[in-house]
Amino acid sequence: MELRINGKRVRYEGDPEQPLLWVLRDELGLTGSKYGCGIGVCGACTVHVDGRAQRSCMTPVGSLKDRDVTTIEGLSADESHAVQRAWIDEDVPQCGYCQAGQIMAVADLLRQVPNPTDEDIDRLHSNICRCGTYYRMRKAIRRAAAYLRQES
Amino acid sequence: MAASTVTRRQFLQVTLTGTGALLLGFDLTRNAKAATAADLNAFVRIEPDGTTVIGISQPDMGQGMYTTLSMLVAEELDADWTRVTTRQLPLMLTRDEQGQMAWKLVPQGAGGSTSVVDLFRPLREFGARARHLLVRAAAEQWQVPAGELTTEPGVVVHRASNRRVPYAELASRAAGLVPDETPPELKAPENFRLIGKEVDAKAVTEVVGGRAKYGIDVRMPGMRHAVIARCPYFDGELIEFDDSETRKVKGVIDVVSVPGPAPGAPSTTLASGVAVIADSTWAAMKGREALKLRWDEGPHRLETTASLDAACQAALDKGDGEVVRSDGDVAAVLDASAQTLTRRYRLPYVHHATMEPQNCYADVRADRCTVIGPMQMPSGASRLIADLTGLDRMAIDVQMTRLGGGFGRRLTSDYAAEAVLVSKAAGVPVKVTWTREDDMAHDYLRPGGWHELTAAINGDGMPDAWRHRVASPSKYYRREGAKLSESEIYSDDPPAGLIEHLRYEYFAMESGAWRGSWRAPAHTANAFTVQSFIDELAVETGQDPLEFRLRMLGEARELPYSNHGGPTWNPGRLAEVLRVAAREAGWGREMPSGEGLGIAGHFTFGGYVAWVAHVRVGGDGGLKVLRLTGAVDCGLAVNPNGVRAQMEGGACDALSTALAEEITIEGGRHRETNFHQYQLMRINQAPAAIDVHIVQGGADPTGLGEPPVPPLAPALANAIFAASGKRIRHLPIGEQLKADV
Repeated sequence: MELRINGKRVRYEGDPEQPLLWVLRDELGLTGSKYGCGIGVCGACTVHVDGRAQRSCMTPVGSLKDRDVTTIEGLSADESHAVQRAWIDEDVPQCGYCQAGQIMAVADLLRQVPNPTDEDIDRLHSNICRCGTYYRMRKAIRRAAAYLRQES
Repeated sequence: MAASTVTRRQFLQVTLTGTGALLLGFDLTRNAKAATAADLNAFVRIEPDGTTVIGISQPDMGQGMYTTLSMLVAEELDADWTRVTTRQLPLMLTRDEQGQMAWKLVPQGAGGSTSVVDLFRPLREFGARARHLLVRAAAEQWQVPAGELTTEPGVVVHRASNRRVPYAELASRAAGLVPDETPPELKAPENFRLIGKEVDAKAVTEVVGGRAKYGIDVRMPGMRHAVIARCPYFDGELIEFDDSETRKVKGVIDVVSVPGPAPGAPSTTLASGVAVIADSTWAAMKGREALKLRWDEGPHRLETTASLDAACQAALDKGDGEVVRSDGDVAAVLDASAQTLTRRYRLPYVHHATMEPQNCYADVRADRCTVIGPMQMPSGASRLIADLTGLDRMAIDVQMTRLGGGFGRRLTSDYAAEAVLVSKAAGVPVKVTWTREDDMAHDYLRPGGWHELTAAINGDGMPDAWRHRVASPSKYYRREGAKLSESEIYSDDPPAGLIEHLRYEYFAMESGAWRGSWRAPAHTANAFTVQSFIDELAVETGQDPLEFRLRMLGEARELPYSNHGGPTWNPGRLAEVLRVAAREAGWGREMPSGEGLGIAGHFTFGGYVAWVAHVRVGGDGGLKVLRLTGAVDCGLAVNPNGVRAQMEGGACDALSTALAEEITIEGGRHRETNFHQYQLMRINQAPAAIDVHIVQGGADPTGLGEPPVPPLAPALANAIFAASGKRIRHLPIGEQLKADV
């Protein structure tokens, strides 16, 4: 089958049950998407499928025919996406392991709710950060929303 | 002289190749670039475009090493901060004249909040030495005395002739100079341009771009992937296995058994198991599912959380424990006292649950070995690997990646041992990856236990006598020659030194669970119990919890502290962070119904932290943490933004742990299998406001990875009491607040 990942076409002949996460990491060398739990509860593996956040550890690669996958490596060419800039400006990461997934999830959250309240954030954002960077993350989400408003 | 200069140049070229070789394969592009850059020492590389690449000797697990350590070097180098980038250095060891292994340049590792303490002077010296070489190079170039030259960020300046030259133009000449024997004088603190200032953090863009490399991301030529089915039972072992179905799985290459540690002996690996080696992680996981395994459930098969809880309480009921400290005559004062208070508290086993599961790459050859992974203690890994392989330690190349969290889990190098054993047995370079289920089932847990505190209250409402009895399984159970009590109760911890009659006792409990160091080890348990009990005493005697603490602490003075973080501690510094946190939180103000403020402070590994928690407890028992206000005295705060980050993160870590984290035991193994059961806090439970105030109570820095954690849980529990009248004595809080509804 043919996959479309970060705008590139990729031939895939392996096990269709293999989760997208492991295809990205082991076969394509796109290691920005992280393995955290393998059961879709932590969000470290979050990518976009047709523009919507999806947990790649629970996405069989066989389900991706004619779908567009975007990983953190494809979110922007130079860390210039509003969410990435906000993450840098608020200095969110500590260990950083979960942050690619956080950023992918927030990029989709802001597409759904461009100007989220605290309650929206609490309701819609569920990725785990073990270092507890949530305070800066919340500020960065608001800052990213402001950047996106400026851009539009 | 000319001959010696030439020799020095040749030596530098060799060194450069040597460094390149150490890093080879992990980042080839950077090495290619390095060939034209000038290395002034291991920590300072200046590239032709003016980029200053600072070597980071310590592992980074989120504690901000890339920025904070760079600041130390860059300060004395007088580097242009906007042009500073970083690179991770490998483990650097040497053999001294007696043939003993020694640090080549600086101690390397991350644990005990020591990195900034240990490296504060050495890293500034490396920066100063590099700067001095650049000044000497400019002096040669301009034919002026070095004493007439000064530096500004990234340039050498000759004021008399109004000439300036960027470091990049001097770097190759400077690299050829023979360094002075004695290090140059360091800057006076009033001349710091970076230390203590707000600076932009380093190495963040690679994280937000998904380019940062963790151990689990290592990809090397010829590398195979392995997962291991480990015995889930404490001290259990593999009886037999059948891999015939596994070997039929597409992509599976080999199956090898992995030995466990001897019972009671220090960990090599954590547990025995069977490794499946495949051409992808997925194939290895599929192969493992097809294994038929038979485990001996081991000597602890009947252990449960309830059995350990009961045993701890029975121990406290029955009498005296081992005396860890005894001042005055506690029994006599308690007997004679008109008013005493006794309370018991319960702590759970907690898991490190690093977001990056354990993993490691190893390539073991006949005469050498390369190991790449997320290690807190690379030298410990090197020592263990030498034991397992028989290789000379100088033939073991240990490279640290970023760590996706540490919290003490990666002080033990069992996952590196596994990778080495699997690579050796299978004869291929291999990366061993733990699944989350593997990680959740096998950890070196923070010991749980029960604490009993008793105080005699005098006519003035203050404690005259204090007894603290701890019943817990020690984390030193596999450490030869260590006293079991030493890891669970620190003999000089306050209120020792503050109360004349004081006694600490320890009851060593049996448990099979794997135990180890969890961020601020025993301080997490002891700060919770002591700071909760102090709150209870204040309430019991009708005093304000802040005033009560300040009365207990008394005036500023140095008291002996023989445990880690000493040699002294100062109650005045602890009082000051309590006062600042209280003032900034508006302590003493009228609170709306259902809301409350709670306070706690603790001395941990040289640093003083106080937290005030502001919470609301709803009529339905729902808990909302509205605001945390912290004050920290870590001496000189080298990187204030990093200090705030550790305070904020440490508070959330402690909050998450207090709310819901517990590993329960059933049938001699962990019951929780993944994050759906081991509940880590998400953003909806995190406070929307965390204020941090930095107090400088000392001239030198102390570490800050751990000190923010211990006082948070008791501040939270005390706030819950203030808000609701419900006293939390058992952690985690879980559903306790809802139980009354």
